[in-house]
Amino acid sequence: MSTPTEELKPLAKKKKKVPFNYEPYIRGGKLPHIWCPGCGHGIVLKSLLRAIHTTGMSKDDIAMVSGIGCSSRTPGYVDFNTLHTLHGRALAYATGLKLAKPKLKIIVTTGDGDALAIGGNHFIHACRRNMDMTILVYNNAIYGMTSGQSSPTTPQGMISTTGRYGSIEPPFDTCQLAQAAGATFVARGTAYHFQELEKIIYEAILHKGTSVVDIIDACPTYYGRFNKYKTPSEMMEKIEKEGTVSVKQAEKLTPEELQGKFLRGIIHRSERPEYCEEYNKLVATVQAKK
Amino acid sequence: MAVAEKEKRTFRIDIYENLCKGCSICVDYCPTNVLAMDGNLVIVKDLDACNGCQLCDNRCPDFAIQVFEE
Ligand SMILES: Cc1ncc(C[n+]2csc(CCOP(=O)(O)OP(=O)(O)O)c2C)c(N)n1
Ligand code: SF4
Ligand code: SF4
Ligand code: SF4
Ligand SMILES: [Mg+2]
Repeated sequence: MSTPTEELKPLAKKKKKVPFNYEPYIRGGKLPHIWCPGCGHGIVLKSLLRAIHTTGMSKDDIAMVSGIGCSSRTPGYVDFNTLHTLHGRALAYATGLKLAKPKLKIIVTTGDGDALAIGGNHFIHACRRNMDMTILVYNNAIYGMTSGQSSPTTPQGMISTTGRYGSIEPPFDTCQLAQAAGATFVARGTAYHFQELEKIIYEAILHKGTSVVDIIDACPTYYGRFNKYKTPSEMMEKIEKEGTVSVKQAEKLTPEELQGKFLRGIIHRSERPEYCEEYNKLVATVQAKK
Repeated sequence: MAVAEKEKRTFRIDIYENLCKGCSICVDYCPTNVLAMDGNLVIVKDLDACNGCQLCDNRCPDFAIQVFEE
């Protein structure tokens, strides 16, 4: 990739179109990434990098933290402070890091398995504390890395390695779970809606407190193959485009029409004391008494 | 006064062959059928039809395609 130089002729009326330059954000020599052909994680990463670029934050002020999974490989490709930790424990590490270095902007990239199965306990307690961090759940409704076991978001009836005849478990709705547990910014996007996703992630990063974004994307290799989707594009059409409605569209739809659709956009936003600020206040009060 | 004829905008499409994994997403989403698959690699079949919308780049999971206005 090369950086395009914009040579504007003096009389040119319209600015020439140039592609976004991802190069400054990618760790040298790390591409191609390990994700399979058509894996949605790459599209999500690109929306995330554009969102970070728009915030204007310095790369050194950002720390990206992950657990284990295909999605959790994200920090390995980016040129920020990065921490690739244990399966399910990204939020525990993120919490410790934020306490030690409260000025860092923490972005957690995690999977539906990492965040909601093995890491489900950390997830609800992170939401409850409202510590300033952004949690991005790359939700492909399956354990991609370990070859396609059911996850807590696998929809009923869908096939996986551990659900050969279709899952019978009711899934979690990541956003409802996050909101109920106390997250103060809750949103959903998809890889298909890449521009909307970029804006949502931007808002999530700027929000003070725990932000959760459920990002629906595709695992063509396992979820796609097991469930008879022919191409990655077909998964994007059927699951991400047809399977979701924006919060705005949803206002005009009946409960029947909303059946089986996921809401997209900012679903919940509120203000509550932020954990590190409360902690600092407590320290100051206790010290003043000494 | 006659309306000046719109100047045709032209584009250059860079495909990074070392990064393209042949998923066909860019081909499927290009609104003007500029791109095609040639085995496991995407190729430009009708550059003239490109309108610079960047959909191919934005939905490419592999950082493998970019479109520059010339
Ligand atoms: C303690 C522990 N248990 C199990 C595993 C095996 N394991 C690795 S990744 C993974 C699931 C990943 O799924 P998800 O978080 O949804 O990420 P994806 O690969 O789908 O992006 C599991 C079970 C592990 N690495 N460590
Ligand atoms: S196994 Fe699935 S989630 Fe993992 S890289 Fe491949 S397509 Fe993506
Ligand atoms: S920029 Fe738009 S029109 Fe041109 S190749 Fe890409 S998707 Fe097609
Ligand atoms: S979307 Fe990207 S990786 Fe897929 S075929 Fe097109 S250029 Fe190649
Ligand atoms: Mg997953």
